[in-house]
Amino acid sequence: MSLSAFATLLERLAFTPQRGRKEQLLIAAFASQPDPDRGLMLAALTGDLRLRQVTPGLLRGLAETRVDAQLFAASYDFVGDLAETIALIWPVSGSDSPSLSEVVAELAETPKTRLPGVIAARLDGLGPSERYAYLKLATGALRVGVSARLARSSFAAWAGLPLAEVEEIWHALAPPYAELFAWGTGGPRPEAASRVPFRPVMLSTATDLEALSALDPADYAAEWKWDGIRVQAVSDGGLKRLYSRTGEDISGAFPDVIALMDFEGALDGELLVRRGAQIGSFAELQQRLNRKTVSAALLRSHPAGLRLYDALIWQGRDLRALSYDARRAVLAELPLGPQIDLSPQLPFASWEDLAALRANPPEAVIEGVMIKRRDSAYLAGRVKGPWFKWKRDPFLIDAVLMYAQRGHGKRSGYYSDFTFGVWHGEDLVPVGKAYFGFTDAELKELDRFVRTHTIERFGPMRSVARSKVVEVAFEGLNRSSRHKSGVAMRFPRINRIRDDKPASEADHLETLQAMLPSDG
Amino acid sequence: MPQPPLLIPKPEGLYCPDGDFYIDPMRPVPRALVTHGHADHARAGHGAVLATRQTLEIMAIRYGEGFAGQRQAAEGPLRLGNVDVSFHPAGHVLGSAQIAVTAGAQRVVVSGDYARVPTPTCAPFEPVPCDIFVTEATFALPVFHHPPPEAEIARLLASVAAYPDRAHLVGAYALGKAQRVIAALRQGGWQAPIHIHGALQRLCDYHIAQGIDLGDLRPATETRGKKADFAGAIVIAPPSAFASTWAQRFPDPVICFASGWMQVRARARQRGVELPLVISDHVDWPQLTATIAEVNPAEVWITHGREDALMRWCEMQGRAARPLHLVGYEEEAE
Repeated sequence: MSLSAFATLLERLAFTPQRGRKEQLLIAAFASQPDPDRGLMLAALTGDLRLRQVTPGLLRGLAETRVDAQLFAASYDFVGDLAETIALIWPVSGSDSPSLSEVVAELAETPKTRLPGVIAARLDGLGPSERYAYLKLATGALRVGVSARLARSSFAAWAGLPLAEVEEIWHALAPPYAELFAWGTGGPRPEAASRVPFRPVMLSTATDLEALSALDPADYAAEWKWDGIRVQAVSDGGLKRLYSRTGEDISGAFPDVIALMDFEGALDGELLVRRGAQIGSFAELQQRLNRKTVSAALLRSHPAGLRLYDALIWQGRDLRALSYDARRAVLAELPLGPQIDLSPQLPFASWEDLAALRANPPEAVIEGVMIKRRDSAYLAGRVKGPWFKWKRDPFLIDAVLMYAQRGHGKRSGYYSDFTFGVWHGEDLVPVGKAYFGFTDAELKELDRFVRTHTIERFGPMRSVARSKVVEVAFEGLNRSSRHKSGVAMRFPRINRIRDDKPASEADHLETLQAMLPSDG
Repeated sequence: MPQPPLLIPKPEGLYCPDGDFYIDPMRPVPRALVTHGHADHARAGHGAVLATRQTLEIMAIRYGEGFAGQRQAAEGPLRLGNVDVSFHPAGHVLGSAQIAVTAGAQRVVVSGDYARVPTPTCAPFEPVPCDIFVTEATFALPVFHHPPPEAEIARLLASVAAYPDRAHLVGAYALGKAQRVIAALRQGGWQAPIHIHGALQRLCDYHIAQGIDLGDLRPATETRGKKADFAGAIVIAPPSAFASTWAQRFPDPVICFASGWMQVRARARQRGVELPLVISDHVDWPQLTATIAEVNPAEVWITHGREDALMRWCEMQGRAARPLHLVGYEEEAE
């Protein structure tokens, strides 16, 4: 893959808002580009290409050898992105288009002292778009609106492989992924050569009382659905790893959990902040997520632990073909501790019993119930039938529409992103944003309302008359210091339009504050 | 002995005491000289307006025949009070002119907005030697290197070919940019009909009447409810139309925007643009600095835009320069 082709791809990805279209662009690139360049492209998108030597300071210093420092500063201030500023401002251009492998090898192998000279020579030979792509590759922060997951799922779609299988071996692969592409083009599946492999996680589908009533409750077990993150804890001959449900290795951020894993096998469970029996809220767990390492202070203030659901491998034996009941029986042998225990099973004789439990969970951190068929094997991915999630009903509030912004693609020309607020004394304070949940007809109604009730415009944003009440559904509430209201909603969406309610009867901030978890 | 200044920046705009007129005033004045028809330079309500014939006709289209008490078309050199005045093409939009004001041995050229990239839609910029060159600084940062318009048109046509089921909506201001884009599309080989928003109709008609070939233009306003008719079509509209219900009639549109600002990704993304087209009717940094070097004035005055960066460049070149801090010219003037 030439740097020019990579530059074009980055540009199109950055300006394509629709996920499906981004996937098409990636599939076309996988199909048309040779090895090992397409593997390097994939690594750049998943964040696995780490050329740590190229720092922003180095690049800035380099730019200032070619451009007046004041003019550079004014330009950077205007453009707002270092790589883009340098790509545009660099005074000499050429029409080179080296391959990705050529520039990656050069960046990886050049000693740090010689790096500025090598990079400057490259920048001289490239055009502005290629310079941008080159600098983004070198610094590693692409920001083109493609997540690692989307890159992997596009690969799976191109290769015609189940995403779960790709994710299962991902952690054992390294750029430029020669084995992976060989597999994608009909070769053998790469052995998850490393020990402590990740195995695909079993996922559930949503259900409700009506669907359940067709099933015999005696065939099913139930557990609480804990609001942490789903993990797979693998311990193999002294090596221990903690994987997210998509196969990311998150061991580095959870040394406390790794220390708890005094077993031999692969277990499925929920990662939670817990102080013995007291389970912390999701907001507390968030403090621990997305870190490479963790401080001693955070380990003390936010200790993490596990609540176990299932066993895939136990002492060298693969249990996945066994029934749920059989696997749980094996799991019951595990010596428990204050930070690691089994997710308890719920006693129920009828779906109405379970509904009653679900309606009144003992802890705020429970977000519903899981229903698992007792004779079901442990299957990869989201299979409809053996496992169901029956989430608690969403929280509902009535809020007043405050601002609206235009959408993209099929929603071009429609105001489809809404900010809403609730009363705080005499004022409305914004509490969230939603861009789904409504029907097409409701979208038209909201769009019409925005157009006829605009009171102020700020670029693409409109402020509207405070007269439209919407019912907002959301899954949970966290404290937030970044929002003026002090609260942040999870998965807010517009449930329906409340034309029957005047704005004065919308909810108050106090109502939301009362919904906050007490430990937050 | 130093001469008294020929032009003075006042709140209404640049004023010439010896000729008793303003150039591109932002408020109604008794006598105005107007460089070109964009709304932030050409306002309605002056006592008398002197401008090129085309600028006067464009003002009449935009504001109605009664846009000024009196009007006079600039043809050949003119004497106003104690100064000589002449109009010279600026290459920005149809009718656009630089205004040269001469008294004794001193000449000031007010360039208005100007461009150096040739277009069939207006006469090319003509460098006029002068003592003081009054320049815009809209794109006065060394990051602005506008690519050749034909390369941008090729990107647009490639996207049209790649998405035959979608309409391409190109945002372009009604005076100048829209016609510049249409003419560039024709030069790039697009001979199919181009659909235009109703707000562009009269100005496009005027360009055609002035002998500029824009090819087959069709209104994009009359086929409500027939989305598929616009599959594969190119539609030109003022950018404000994207916010209106007008945009709802097109099949899954690709939003494009033709502007020099599109070179900066964040700007393009802020506007929700899917295909940014860097097509400008202003000078970019190399053209701006080359124009100053070519005109080679004793002093550079800077009207609006990124004055600080251009001041810095003049300082580095050993050129005398001053910012005029004129308020009222649009930051987004394009």
